Amino acid sequence: MKKQPLKNKIWTDAIKQSFVKLSPRTQLKNPVMLVVYIGAIMTTILYFLSFTGIKDENAGYTLAISLILWFTVLFANFAEAIAEGRGRAQANSLRSARKDVKAKKLKAPTNHDDYTEVLSNTLKRGDIFLATAGDQIPMDGEVIDGVASVDESAITGESAPVIRESGGDRSAVTGGTTVISDWLVVKVTAEAGESFLDKMIAMVEGASRKKTPNEIALQILLVTLTIIFVVVTATLLPFSDFAKRQAGSGEAVSITNIIALLVCLAPTTIGALLSSIGIAGMSRLNQANVLAMSGRAIEAAGDVDVLLLDKTGTITLGNRQASEFIPLKGVTEQELADAAQLSSIADETAEGRSVVVLAKERFGIRGRELSKLNANFIEFSAKTRISGVDFQDNEIRKGAAEAVKKYVLDKGGDYPDECAEIVKEVAGCGGTPLVVAKNEKVLGVIYLKDIVKNGVRERFDDLRKMGIKTIMITGDNPMTAAAIAAEAGVDDFLAEATPEAKLSLIREYQSKGHMVAMTGDGTNDAPALAQADVAVAMNSGTQAAKEAGNMVDLDSSPTKLIDIVRIGKQLLMTRGALTTFSVANDVAKYFAIIPVLFFGIYPKLEALNFMRLTSSTSAILSAIIYNALIIVALIPLALRGVKYREVSASKLLSRNLLIYGLGGISAPFIAIKLIDIILTVCGIA
Amino acid sequence: MSMIWLQDIAFLILLIGISIPLGIYIYRVMTGQARFMAPVEKGIYRMLGVQDKNEMSTKKYAVSILIFSGIGFVLLFSTMLLQEVLPLNPEHLKSVRWDLAFNTAASFITNTNWQAYSGESTLSYLTQSIGLTVQNFVSAGVGISVLFALIRGFTSKNKKTIGCFWHDLTRSILYILLPFSFALAIVLVSQGVVQTLLPYKVVTALQNGASQTIPLGPAASQIAIKQLGTNGGGFFGMNSAFPLENPTAISNLLELLSILLIPCALCISFGKAVKDSKQGRAILITMIILFVAALAIVNISEQYGTVFYEGVAASGNMEGKEVINGVGSSAIWGTATTAASNGSVNSMHDSFTPLGGMMMMFLMQLGEIVFGGVGSGLYGMIAFIILTVFIAGLMVGRTPEYLGKKIEPFDMKMVCLIILAPPLLTLLGTAVTVMLPQAASWLSNSGAHGFSEILYAFSSMANNNGSAFSGFTGGTMFTNVFGGIIMLIVRFIPMTAAIFLAGDLSNKKIITASEGTLSTSNTMFVGLLIAVIFIIGALGFLPALALGPIADFFTALK
Repeated sequence: MKKQPLKNKIWTDAIKQSFVKLSPRTQLKNPVMLVVYIGAIMTTILYFLSFTGIKDENAGYTLAISLILWFTVLFANFAEAIAEGRGRAQANSLRSARKDVKAKKLKAPTNHDDYTEVLSNTLKRGDIFLATAGDQIPMDGEVIDGVASVDESAITGESAPVIRESGGDRSAVTGGTTVISDWLVVKVTAEAGESFLDKMIAMVEGASRKKTPNEIALQILLVTLTIIFVVVTATLLPFSDFAKRQAGSGEAVSITNIIALLVCLAPTTIGALLSSIGIAGMSRLNQANVLAMSGRAIEAAGDVDVLLLDKTGTITLGNRQASEFIPLKGVTEQELADAAQLSSIADETAEGRSVVVLAKERFGIRGRELSKLNANFIEFSAKTRISGVDFQDNEIRKGAAEAVKKYVLDKGGDYPDECAEIVKEVAGCGGTPLVVAKNEKVLGVIYLKDIVKNGVRERFDDLRKMGIKTIMITGDNPMTAAAIAAEAGVDDFLAEATPEAKLSLIREYQSKGHMVAMTGDGTNDAPALAQADVAVAMNSGTQAAKEAGNMVDLDSSPTKLIDIVRIGKQLLMTRGALTTFSVANDVAKYFAIIPVLFFGIYPKLEALNFMRLTSSTSAILSAIIYNALIIVALIPLALRGVKYREVSASKLLSRNLLIYGLGGISAPFIAIKLIDIILTVCGIA
Repeated sequence: MSMIWLQDIAFLILLIGISIPLGIYIYRVMTGQARFMAPVEKGIYRMLGVQDKNEMSTKKYAVSILIFSGIGFVLLFSTMLLQEVLPLNPEHLKSVRWDLAFNTAASFITNTNWQAYSGESTLSYLTQSIGLTVQNFVSAGVGISVLFALIRGFTSKNKKTIGCFWHDLTRSILYILLPFSFALAIVLVSQGVVQTLLPYKVVTALQNGASQTIPLGPAASQIAIKQLGTNGGGFFGMNSAFPLENPTAISNLLELLSILLIPCALCISFGKAVKDSKQGRAILITMIILFVAALAIVNISEQYGTVFYEGVAASGNMEGKEVINGVGSSAIWGTATTAASNGSVNSMHDSFTPLGGMMMMFLMQLGEIVFGGVGSGLYGMIAFIILTVFIAGLMVGRTPEYLGKKIEPFDMKMVCLIILAPPLLTLLGTAVTVMLPQAASWLSNSGAHGFSEILYAFSSMANNNGSAFSGFTGGTMFTNVFGGIIMLIVRFIPMTAAIFLAGDLSNKKIITASEGTLSTSNTMFVGLLIAVIFIIGALGFLPALALGPIADFFTALK
């Protein structure tokens, strides 16, 4: 409902901006369009000079050329403005998340009652504040005490709350998010104006957008072409004048026509769209909920040829599934399954459900009348790492081995060595053991197994075709890792991965000339993130990880890396395709203009006018009208990006060459002829 | 006509056949693997005060070349100014006027060999042999040196140096240019090319008993290197159309072969040096395709382009061509000498048909990269390859790379300098000249052909080719000075850019190729490279050509 007016606003803003951007200061930043801008000014002056009797061409014709040139400049401005507008709209919605709130500033982290209420923007780095349920977190920080669930939907768009706790890898909180339950004591890590949200707004707004190296290199090429064309067209003045004297007929080419020819030849299409392509690439990344710290990082993503992928969540389902019940001696498997099913029946997590499913498959244990049992379910919590059910004086608990052991020992029971053995064995195979206990007695272990995701194999095959190598990173032992790696079809794996091992793996690949991308979230990932060419830090990760990476994934999704590579490649492809198109267009424009330009001097050159354009006026007007319109026509492509496929480089090249190279040569022939016909019908020619 | 094709095909087979082993030899020599003349080589280093394992930074390499060429310029310039007081001047020729001396010195140190004079009536034996011949060798050697500096840019990894100029220069001359020129000179002498220090001979002609002066001199030694080193400056004014420079069919074949031999072989050396022969092959194929296409057009145009001279030319356009060479040998020589930046001629290019003349002009305007000058042609071609890689690389979704080196803004700047200088100077030079009121009086033709004459002259000078369309009077003070400056700029700016490109590439790491990397050796890339070269050339020169040869062609059409 709200989308339509917003879209309209982007449009009206962009149109307004197109005129604002006519200021010379803005135009100076884009050398190719600057040429058009100067051409527009010059033809306007020529038009006004015609009133004083200084005549270069028919005054109406000069006016027409000058108007079309002004529109060309406006269209280019519009292309940039609309890309910026979309970014600004994203920024505005982010900005609404950031309001100045009252923060409970603590004097000492331990004493929660002794606080003063201050405004969030006065908080300094190192200050400590308290956030309790219902509070908005005022500033980026690191949790130093407490565990709480936090709603981060304002930043990530993800509605499920996340756990934040002191120590470990989930200690970073972001300003603008809201505490839902419990409390946190947070130490401020970023002051007003430099918080994560601020940086993000600046980035999507394009305020801090710098030209990337590849953009600069392309700009150099475009400027070079423009310089050649400036000289080619400028020298036509003396050339045609000399030819006129030699041939004794015709007229030298007029300044108006020289300017028109220059604008046609200069790579205005790509020149006008270059910055929108960059901004749009950044916005596409933002839409994927990834925030790049620099445009350079997106380009690097296109170059990546080694992906370090975390096993969990990327290759295997993040949630493990129960695959086996392993009872202790003296306990039947059914007994264990029964208890496990009972404890999991209210457990809505995927792991919990998989236990129920397995129990049903193995022993046909079905759902029971919960009300009859008069059961009281204990939910899993991050602190206790245990869940279970109390019913009819019985307590069933299941959870991590350490937690259940503590529970049983507290109850006065004992934790058999046999159980410890099984736990070790299961863990050794890469599975996750869940220990089940009834009252003080340990019944057995549930074997949770990794399940390779559907379709990953095909995905990796596609990546391989593109020349990208996938490497699975896992904490599992080598045997389990090898089994999963083989099943998933990755090229290689790093088992029992420590941060050091990751770092040296990255270095090794880089020294062989590869570009490496990875994701990470923990503080101990920071060195590897800093080393990788593309380093995506999870938003749920620590501040250190975020600072070491060059992108932040707001969804904290491990598969995001593949999307990032796609967006990077798409950005570069769009640039290349439009450059090719722009240069290829020149061929047709030459055939439209050159014959009619010299027709007066050497009438026989009419033979080259195989497009049969009506007159020199209509030919030149058609060419520059086409030149202006093509910018508008290609704005959607610049914003959307060229279609990307996971195929090898040579297939991609031949496809793009066909569309943008050959298409670029033929499209203007047709379009210019059509415009010429329209002009002729309108009687302008 | 079929004989012409047959001859051309045989020539190409011979050329490629010889250039493959020669290319491998050049690679081994330039990388210091074949050092059978080590004592001489080391002796030269000792004389120059260079260590055997010396390495130079980019800046030092560039400065060494500039100083070396500067010294060459001063020596040659003063030799010409002092010619009348120096020895070896049996004809007592006067000292050369300063502007002509400037033009000639600039022309020879830049491997252009634009000649605004006739050798036999202007230069003494000393100037020819100690002055010009020496520059023929070293200017070619400099080209090969820079090429290998650039190659080292691709092959080395995180290095701050690009080799040693003195090593490169010494090796290229000692192992490549000197021995091959020596052998060629001997064969040429056997065919009747003169090699003497005796004064000119006055003979009595058969017809009417009139006396005629036959110019002589140490020609064979200079002609050998003039062809092998893509120099092209003839010992005599008529260049290889003169019987004492090019007397027989064998000498014609050998001289023709020598035009393209080293530029062709260097492609093979390049492939060897970057450890991927396919890369060198792709470049060679690109050059051959462009060459053959141009040759076909010249052949057809010369053979059939003159039908309207009714009853005159039964066997193609013979105007300005030697009868012993005919259309075929003249057309292939003309194409070869403009494709390579040689510039020697065995026929008068001004008399070619409009389209034939245009093709030769266009080959120069492409930037002298279809074979081009020894060394300089290939590093110019590499600049075009990088340009192509840049656009094509983006289209496969990666930031561009060539031979594992990322192409970044600095590299693009250098590439653009290499590509930009020749067309700009060609156009600007022509433009300035046509604006002079007296320009029309320097021409032997009017109309579109007159414009072609000026355009050809500046295409030749601003691409370091040196061939002349004639018809355009090159000897004026204006063209001497202006042309000299153009030749210097167009040689040393791209060359310096190539050296700095080498330095920047050398300092980068090498990225491994994968399926996602753009191939720079397959058919598609060759096609794309040809398209880029052709489009850049056409975009730059189509308007000018339309006023020259194209208008000439259509106007002449019935």
